[in-house]
Amino acid sequence: MTLAEKILAAHTDKKEVSPGEFLNVRVDLILANDITAPIAIREFRRTGVDRVFDPGKIVMVPDHFTPNKDIASAEQVKVMREFCREQGVIYFEVGQMGIEHVLLPEQGLVLPGDVVIGADSHTCTYGALGSFATGMGSTDIAAAMATGDIWMKVPPTIKLVYHGSPGKWEGGKDLILYTIGDIGVDGALYSVMEFAGEAVDSLPLDGRFTMANMAVEAGAKAGIFRVDNKTQLYIKPRARRPYMVYEPDNNGEYAQVIDYDISTIEPQVALPHSPANARPVSQLGDIEIDQVVIGSCTNGRFEDLQLAAQVLKGRKVHPRVRCIIIPGSQEVYLDAVTRELIGVFIKSGAAVSTPTCGPCLGGHMGILASGERCIATTNRNFVGRMGSPQSEVYLANPAVAAASAIAGRIVGPEEVTT
Amino acid sequence: MLKGRVHKYGANVDTDAIIPARYLNVTEPAELAKHCMEDIDRDFVTEVKPGDIIMAATNFGCGSSREHAPLAIKAAGISCVIAGTFARIFFRNAINIGLPLLECEQAVNGTEAGDTLEVDLFSGEIKNLTRGEVFTARPYPDFMAELISSGGLIEYTRNRLAGRRI
Repeated sequence: MTLAEKILAAHTDKKEVSPGEFLNVRVDLILANDITAPIAIREFRRTGVDRVFDPGKIVMVPDHFTPNKDIASAEQVKVMREFCREQGVIYFEVGQMGIEHVLLPEQGLVLPGDVVIGADSHTCTYGALGSFATGMGSTDIAAAMATGDIWMKVPPTIKLVYHGSPGKWEGGKDLILYTIGDIGVDGALYSVMEFAGEAVDSLPLDGRFTMANMAVEAGAKAGIFRVDNKTQLYIKPRARRPYMVYEPDNNGEYAQVIDYDISTIEPQVALPHSPANARPVSQLGDIEIDQVVIGSCTNGRFEDLQLAAQVLKGRKVHPRVRCIIIPGSQEVYLDAVTRELIGVFIKSGAAVSTPTCGPCLGGHMGILASGERCIATTNRNFVGRMGSPQSEVYLANPAVAAASAIAGRIVGPEEVTT
Repeated sequence: MLKGRVHKYGANVDTDAIIPARYLNVTEPAELAKHCMEDIDRDFVTEVKPGDIIMAATNFGCGSSREHAPLAIKAAGISCVIAGTFARIFFRNAINIGLPLLECEQAVNGTEAGDTLEVDLFSGEIKNLTRGEVFTARPYPDFMAELISSGGLIEYTRNRLAGRRI
């Protein structure tokens, strides 16, 4: 069996599972946010069950439109907050919260070998820790809150093997944009993307979170990494319960194995309006920008901010550009304060915000007007994603975004740091 | 038997196109329906009639997990969505809330916007009444058929839980 199949099998009463099979899978953690929880709660009430199956295995995070951007959003969070109080479900209030996919691993709530389902498509982020994590809708989450399990079709696994070592300014974001550029936005439809090879072994955990996070942008059900020493070092101080490390069998069957040599790839930029429109940054020509967003569940972690700070230190954001930097959680924010990144950002002329998904999905904290162009470290550049349907979003890594903020047009970090 | 006029779209229609995130601060289906497809087809909400059918090439509903997307489509009066393939979360969401979906690439290729279709969800037969052609959609696996005939995931779960208590 593959890594994903092993984890799924361990959460059923079966010894073996194979792609295409329908299963009821026991879940270790269920997640919802301020957009998806209100519908999940409404549907949960219809199941006829009074109490959730285990309040310690359900987490709700107000992160999308929070701190509440308007009255309607405040009402939604109120529904979620009151449900959590009533049921004893884990809830992170503004001031403790972060973007859910940055926060939950930090809090030790997701561990290797877990099955995690979340009413958010980027739930697949947790595959970086060797768990099987997948996004679903509100009604799926409602049913799972009542029963503790959920139906799944066992997905086939595509193995992606990355050879070589990434250059100074390339990281997980570049590998995943390059991959989606190659296989397309439905290149891994219904499948698991298992990331392997020495290039991903060399990535820090933050880079692996970025890659697993964007598996859904290739249509995948999950992205997954094997657990190694780096994973153990991350998990050990955070875990408050036992966990299982699974390894893929040597004879595990893969639907496809794709090899990439990444030694020569440049930082990648995905042009509007698809994450699959990836190009090397040097080939873009002269593209002026109005806004830069550095943050999100894709690239809002400490190492991401550190990269941005390396580029911004001692330099100024272009006078025509709004540069908005959003640490992904309170822990990331505090680390960025104590290690003096925030001062670098403010001195460079960037705006720094409390954690929120905010502009990534066109919620608040940096909405684009018609004709405006933004380069962002986020995950989607669909029509209207960050505001006006006549605006444009380019996706890139934090170093490219920071360099572009200085230049006022899309450039690689080398262009402003040398 | 469903019958309706076709609204046709290309590949990779994402959930931000189906219902932009700026409207996700409400959950009422009727409210969501007012903005359905707004950013890619401004005329959709004024032209759609109860029973109409959405058709799209491949990977329909990609992107976010928002269940607001199938809710908006259903509340706009759409009776079913036919596509070559669907993004997986959208597929689950639609089945769970009772918005019928059919996968049939041939029907998509053989149909133009504005054609009238007659659809039999049980047999998967899709008749293009405008062009006099008949197509057959891929059948649902047994488990999915059971879920659909229960009336959606919540009803299916209620039945399961009732079974456990006996």
